[in-house]
Formats: sequence, C-alpha cells, structure tokens
Amino acid sequence: MQNGVFGLLIGGLYGLGAVGLSLVFGVLTMLNVAHGELIMLGGYISVWLFVLWGVDPFVSALLAGPLLFLVGAALFQTLFRRLIAFREETKIKNSILIGFGLALVLQTLAIAAWEADERAVTPAYAGEVLRLGSVVVPFSRLAALLLAFLVLGGLHLFLTRTRLGTAIRATAEDEHGAALAGIPIGTTFLTAFALGSALAGVAGVLVSVSDAISPAIGLHWTLKALIVIVLGGMGNIFGTFVGGLFLGVTESMSGFLLGNAYREVVGLAMFLLVLSFRPQGLFTR
Amino acid sequence: MSLPGRGLPVLLAAVVVLALLALPRLTADRRILTWALLILLYAALAQSWNLLSGFGGQVNLGHAAFFGLGAVITRSLWLSGTSLGVAIPAAVGAAAVAGLIVGAPTLRLYGPYFAIGTLAVAEILRITTGNFFPEVSTLPAPMLASYALAPRYYLALGVAALTMLVAWSLTRSRFGYGLAAVREDETVAEASGVRTFPHKLAAFVLSGALAGATGAVFGFYHVSFYPQFAFSPLWTFDALLITFLGGVGTLWGPVLGALVFLPLREILALQPQLIEVHPLIFGIVFILIVVALPGGFVEAWRALTADRRRQREGHPA
Repeated sequence: MQNGVFGLLIGGLYGLGAVGLSLVFGVLTMLNVAHGELIMLGGYISVWLFVLWGVDPFVSALLAGPLLFLVGAALFQTLFRRLIAFREETKIKNSILIGFGLALVLQTLAIAAWEADERAVTPAYAGEVLRLGSVVVPFSRLAALLLAFLVLGGLHLFLTRTRLGTAIRATAEDEHGAALAGIPIGTTFLTAFALGSALAGVAGVLVSVSDAISPAIGLHWTLKALIVIVLGGMGNIFGTFVGGLFLGVTESMSGFLLGNAYREVVGLAMFLLVLSFRPQGLFTR
Repeated sequence: MSLPGRGLPVLLAAVVVLALLALPRLTADRRILTWALLILLYAALAQSWNLLSGFGGQVNLGHAAFFGLGAVITRSLWLSGTSLGVAIPAAVGAAAVAGLIVGAPTLRLYGPYFAIGTLAVAEILRITTGNFFPEVSTLPAPMLASYALAPRYYLALGVAALTMLVAWSLTRSRFGYGLAAVREDETVAEASGVRTFPHKLAAFVLSGALAGATGAVFGFYHVSFYPQFAFSPLWTFDALLITFLGGVGTLWGPVLGALVFLPLREILALQPQLIEVHPLIFGIVFILIVVALPGGFVEAWRALTADRRRQREGHPA
C-alpha cells in the first residue's frame, strides 16, 4: 500500500515530465531526445533560486516555466525550425540526431557551470508528512502531484478553449489543412515546442523537490518520458499522464518485490514489451 | 585511359594495407602503435554503426549496448581462463543474438520506435551490468607482465578490415541495393519487391555483431575499466559523430571521421582549460553537421571535385 502511494506520487511526475515531449511529438512529429536535459535545467533553476534566495520551489515553478519557454523558443528557432520542411521520416530522424547532440551539449554545460555533484532542494517543510492510517504521504510530494494535475488541467483548457490552442490541435491533425485554413503554422509550431520545454521546466522544479538534481539526470528522464509516452500512446496527453502513474506504481511495486537495483530495468523491459505487442499504447482505444 | 585513374587508388590501397600490416615491425614506439590501434578501433565501431544506420537509414541510438556486450563477455571469459579463440566468437555471437532479440520487434514498427527502443536496451544493459559487475576490471599482474601491444593491434586491424569488407560488399551487392532502397523510401522499396523487414533485421544483426567484435578488441586491449563504462552512451555518440564527420552511408566516411576525430580529441584534451568542455565542442560540431552538412567530408569532397571537373570540361557549375 505504502509502495503504491509512493508510486502514484512519483508517477505524477513521470506523467508531467512526459507530457511536454508528447505534445512536441504530436504537433511537430519531432522527437527531442534532449527533453530530459530541459527537465534538468528546470531542476537547477529551482536549486539555485532556493540556495541563493531561499525561494520556495513551488514559487520557482512559476519562474522556471516561462524561462524554459524562452529556452525552447530559442532552440526551436536555431535548430529545429529548419526540419519542418522535411518528410515525416527524415524529420523524426534528424530531430532525434539533433536532440542527441543537444543533450551532450547541455549536460557538459551544466557540468562546467555547476559541477557534477548531486543537489536537492530541502525546504523547511520537507520532512512533514500526512498520516492516513498506516500510510505516510510526504506533504511536498503531494503538493507536487497536485501541481502536476493543475498544470495538466491548464494545458487541457489551453488546448481546447483558446484560439491558439485550437490552432495547435488543428496543426497536429493536419498541417497542410491547417495552413490552408489560414492558421500561421510557423507560430503554432514555435508555441508548441516552447510550451513543451516550459512543461519540462516545471517538471524539473518538481523533480528537485523529491529527487536529486545533477547534470547527468537528463538521459534518465528522457527515457522515463519515452517509456511513459509509449505506454500511453504517442501524442495523447491524458493517456500520457495515466501512463506516468502506471509506470510509477509498477516501478515502486517491482522495486519492493525485486530489489531497488532492478526497478529501472523493469520499467525499460515493460517498455520493450509494449513496443512489441501494443505499439499504439496501453491506454488508447 | 582508365588504367592510371583506377590503378592509382588500388596501388595506394595496397601500400596502406602493407604499411598497416608491417607497422609493429617498423616501429617499437608504443605511442604510434596505440594511436593506430585506437584509430582502427574507432573506425570499426563507426563503420559498424554506419552499416545499419548509414546504409540502411535506421537510426540506432543504443550501439553502445553491442560494443559493451562484446567487451564485457570477452573480458570475463578471457580472465576466467577461456582462450581468446573461444571468448571472442562467443562475444560476437551474443551481440548478434542481442541484435535479433531487439530488432525483431522494433524494426517492424514505423517511426521513431526503433531509435528509442535501442536507447532503452542500451540503458537496461548498462544498469544491469553495473549491478552485476560493480568492481573495476583490471588485468591481473602476470597478464600485465606479459602484456604486448602487437597482438592487440593485429586484432584491431583484423576487425577493422572485416568491417570495411562488409561495408564494401554493401556498396555492390543485391542485399546492399535493397538496403539502400529501404533507406530512401520503405514504402516504395516494399512495393518494388524488396522485402524490407528481413533486410533491416539482417543489417542490424550484422551491425551488432561487428560492434561486438570491436568491443571484444577493447576488452582485450584495455588494461583497466569499469564494465559499466563499456555501455556508456558516449560510445554511441562517438560512433555517430565519427560517421557524420566523414559522411553517413559512405564507405570511407567512418575512416576519414576517425582520422580526424581522434587527433582532434587529443588536442582538445591537452588544453587544460578545455578539458571539461571538449564534449561540448563535439556536441556542437555534431549538431552543425546534421543541420548544415549532412553529407560529411565525403560529400564535401565530391561536391568540390565535381565542381572542378565541370570547370575543366567547360560546363557551367
């Protein structure tokens, strides 16, 4: 039971970490494998704001989102924009390659700027817990899960209720059709990519609350996000979030049953199995 | 008239091969031999990646998995007393089987699934190896006392030659043409009678097995390393960078790339102020090539010589 609860708490984070990647893939058919490095940057924003000025991580999230939005916009303009004209297959392939190089660049920059040590944010309330019978729920993680829900709800409202959100969905559906209907698809692509990065930034801040931040965590989080996306179905936002919760619970259960050394491996093995037998995702109709 | 045109490259190739064969006899300088060995090793690793990803167009982001399997299996069998003649084929076989197991499900899928599937496999193996062999693997003292560079060098030369031979055969065989068709457009290839899935799978197994052979050389050559290190994503990245530097999907690209990459890395590593950031430089170089010069050196050279030829023959460029 306790394991299940911890699984759900971390799973919410996995979901949020993956949603940005899923959005970018759904709209642009580009797979940015440096997504985990953007999460890492978000984590460092939270760490430094806390260390230097004692800023609460939940306040930092409000800052990390916009900052990473700008970083994402810059990355899109300089690197990914020129891929738009390519065929779908080439587009995916080249975006993966660029992301692979970008991951190395961001990781090295982070090591040069902030050393390779692990850091974490420990606000005064870090140790406080909520007791429900025999089950213990740390407040900070519960708050992180709630924030993840809020952000996803906000994203849903943005995509369904606003003009720009509708334009993004239309572009994801059919970019030529959207262009013919007068949607400035250049802008929607840019917004979707920057939004995906902003989501990574917020996810990174939440990671800093419950987990360690170091320059090397990027690949770890990219893989988590990829597993979650495959579980939930590519480009499906709510499926992605459910996939995150599912992965979190599976990992913590298998960590309990098989020992902590293999919890990562179980998630990755599950990923390969789903790829082989149900590539459209577990939670799609 | 064609004789001087063709005879020169063949003569040049023969001289290079003879020089490579005779190198340990020509020089006793360990530094030169080590350099040659490393260039051969990296060229072979990059070429093995190029077989599937360059000639066949399927981006493999988990190439380190096969290299690591080759290194760790060779190393543990050899250190536990098995002769190299058994240990290396066993390692290569294991890498080939791994290719089959990973490729069979993921190569059927369209889109990015293959790339991310290979990324996941490399990570599974890296973590598991770290769990199984947490200690650094160092050669025991008697083996160190009898350590000779020349046999390691010849092994590297053999693997590099084999990998080049396989790549060369891809440029002129029915299988190679089929693979090129898959790279250019899978749907069209399938429609014109190329059975795409067996082509991709065979290329993947071949690529994995040769990466395993390269890893075997590393496991035999390197005095001391953490087994987990052989699975580091850095091996994949180096193979990609070298191939992209030289030219993806070309026969000579990985060799040219290795000839440029290793000295460049050495120069950067010798600058104390650059020691931390040299992966940064390679990362940026890689991105620039993917974005701006997807053909690498080979393509740039071809464009250059084609220009000259056109000028000589009086055609406008």
